[in-house]
Amino acid sequence: MSSPPLLQIRDVETFYGKIQALRGITLDVHEGEIVTLIGANGAGKSTLMMTICGDPRARSGQIVYDGRDITRLPTHEIMRLRISQSPEGRRIFPRMTVNENLLMGAAVADPEHFEEDAARAFELFPRLKDRKDQRGGTLSGGEQQMLAIARALMARPKLLLLDEPSLGLAPLVVKQIFEVIKELNEKQGLTVFLVEQNAYHALKLAHQGHVIVNGKITMSGTGAELLAREEVRAAYLEGGAH
Amino acid sequence: MAEATQTGTGAGGGLELAEIGKDLAITALLGAAIFGSTIAFKTETATGGLSLVLRFEEAFFVIAAVVIGRLILLLTVWRRPGGTDRTFVPQALQTRYTEFLAKTGKAFVPIVLLFAVVFPFLPFTDRYLLDLGILILTYVMLGWGLNIVVGLAGLLDLGYVAFYAVGAYSYALLAQYFGLSFWICLPLAGILAAFWGIILGFPVLRLRGDYLAIVTLAFGEIIRIVLLNWYEFTGGPDGLSGIPRPSFFGIPFKRGEGGFADFFGLDYSSIHRIIFLYFLILVLALITNFVTIRLRRLPIGRAWEALREDEIACRSLGLNTVSIKLTAFATGAMFAGFAGSFFATRQGFISPESFTFIESALILAIVVLGGMGSQIGVVIASVAMIGGFEIFREAEQYRMLIFGLAMVMIMIWRPRGLISTREPSIFLKEKKSVSADMVAQGEGH
Repeated sequence: MSSPPLLQIRDVETFYGKIQALRGITLDVHEGEIVTLIGANGAGKSTLMMTICGDPRARSGQIVYDGRDITRLPTHEIMRLRISQSPEGRRIFPRMTVNENLLMGAAVADPEHFEEDAARAFELFPRLKDRKDQRGGTLSGGEQQMLAIARALMARPKLLLLDEPSLGLAPLVVKQIFEVIKELNEKQGLTVFLVEQNAYHALKLAHQGHVIVNGKITMSGTGAELLAREEVRAAYLEGGAH
Repeated sequence: MAEATQTGTGAGGGLELAEIGKDLAITALLGAAIFGSTIAFKTETATGGLSLVLRFEEAFFVIAAVVIGRLILLLTVWRRPGGTDRTFVPQALQTRYTEFLAKTGKAFVPIVLLFAVVFPFLPFTDRYLLDLGILILTYVMLGWGLNIVVGLAGLLDLGYVAFYAVGAYSYALLAQYFGLSFWICLPLAGILAAFWGIILGFPVLRLRGDYLAIVTLAFGEIIRIVLLNWYEFTGGPDGLSGIPRPSFFGIPFKRGEGGFADFFGLDYSSIHRIIFLYFLILVLALITNFVTIRLRRLPIGRAWEALREDEIACRSLGLNTVSIKLTAFATGAMFAGFAGSFFATRQGFISPESFTFIESALILAIVVLGGMGSQIGVVIASVAMIGGFEIFREAEQYRMLIFGLAMVMIMIWRPRGLISTREPSIFLKEKKSVSADMVAQGEGH
């Protein structure tokens, strides 16, 4: 951990008009780690994710990725620095086929790699292979989430940003998705920044965890530490593990 | 198919009978209510006022005809296998329509193309039909151009006619002031229109959907009003006349020495020029189609479609939505510019009156009716709309009413346009297209 973090977020403040959504966020994502951010609705989880991508832009503070200040870069240029995002609500292209969705994901990558990367994505999610010529909109919710992740991987990212991958999915599918994330991290060394409401799964998986409340980080620690904390259990794990 | 129908009857026989009986009873009641009052009683002028004539027998026959008619419909067209959803449109019609399309679909395009090529030489083709053909092809080309903006990129443009006007005035003014020929002006008109497309594109980059539609509508009006009021330059409401006719690559269509007929050793006929215009617009339209089909398979075309589907996802994948939108606007506008300069050379006279909002609406209707993003759909819709206008010319003021009704019907039957299937642009193994019916309405917004 002596090398500088892959992603450094320093005192970032973001506003929607007059309303302040992020009140000075500071956190690091080290290479090869899974870092999880948990929080309730409206705490600012997705805003932080979007601020990293430059939309909305941080009003103050600094975001440094791979030694480069990306705070003021336009969104599409940020996404070309091998940061990939699987946005909240999946946002796959419903009228385009699975193949075409993957092709869109590879838009910023070298087209030469497409076949190879697509094969790898299908290996990761065999269900997508069966449906490769089917339209995105006809897939089930879980398959759409798999497609969203596969699409994000097509750009060969160093850093994968996942915004609520478990949103609206059946528990069994959620488990499957998180297993894949773990596998990507362990086998390929992919760095993952994960934003979740599903605190149990997300923290179990995480090397580092942070809790965000009203635009501020209130607790940090390793995933296991946070899981053991009484406040976390009370606020985010009511009803126990599922 | 036959097998499925038989099982359907066997399974739900008894229940269906009761349902049919109920349905017919309601029909009879409704019939009695309507025809009982309108047919059974008739007033006639008699000496000393009106007298009432009772015609119960006639009324009975009419009601019986309605009931029997409905019974026949219930037993044939409207019958659906038990358990299927009740839709406004008979299921049997829907499936039959899809089957028919699937069967004829493959042969359809070459046949239409062949017909378009030999059309001017068919024995029944006269000047009137040829002019109509040119008009339809102009709208096909405009429809294909707008299809790039609306159908592929999903940017609702209500001011498309502005670029058509820019193209037309570009040619007319360049020819008038600089004496340039049609063949030089054609690309220039396209470039100028594309340039205006970018100018429109910049301020509306942040807008989507309804808001974009309103701004483009305003843009269309601005162009028209500028043309109308800049009297010294554009001639204002008087328009521009005496626009040079196109030559056959330098050989003019004129009588006598050096003309087209003389050069090719033909007898002079004024129809030569019309046939030439027909092929000119056919080629221009086919170029539009060809370019669109090629672009769809390139990254930029796919980016347009992705933009239509989800703009935020596009940005999150590292696509520059600014340049994607601008290229869509510019490409669509360029083809409108080509079509505009063709329009100017064909008419020989242009005025702002030709570029009103109703034209934009008509082109948009063609695109939506044909099925957004579908190339052959635009052709069918153009033939139906423009050809239909001609057929119902007799009906005069009822024409719009008939069309309004037809549009409503089609939108009920085919809510996503006549051709709603989207062909994927890449395949790893074999072609497989998925009908729009399988995707819920309104997805992707």
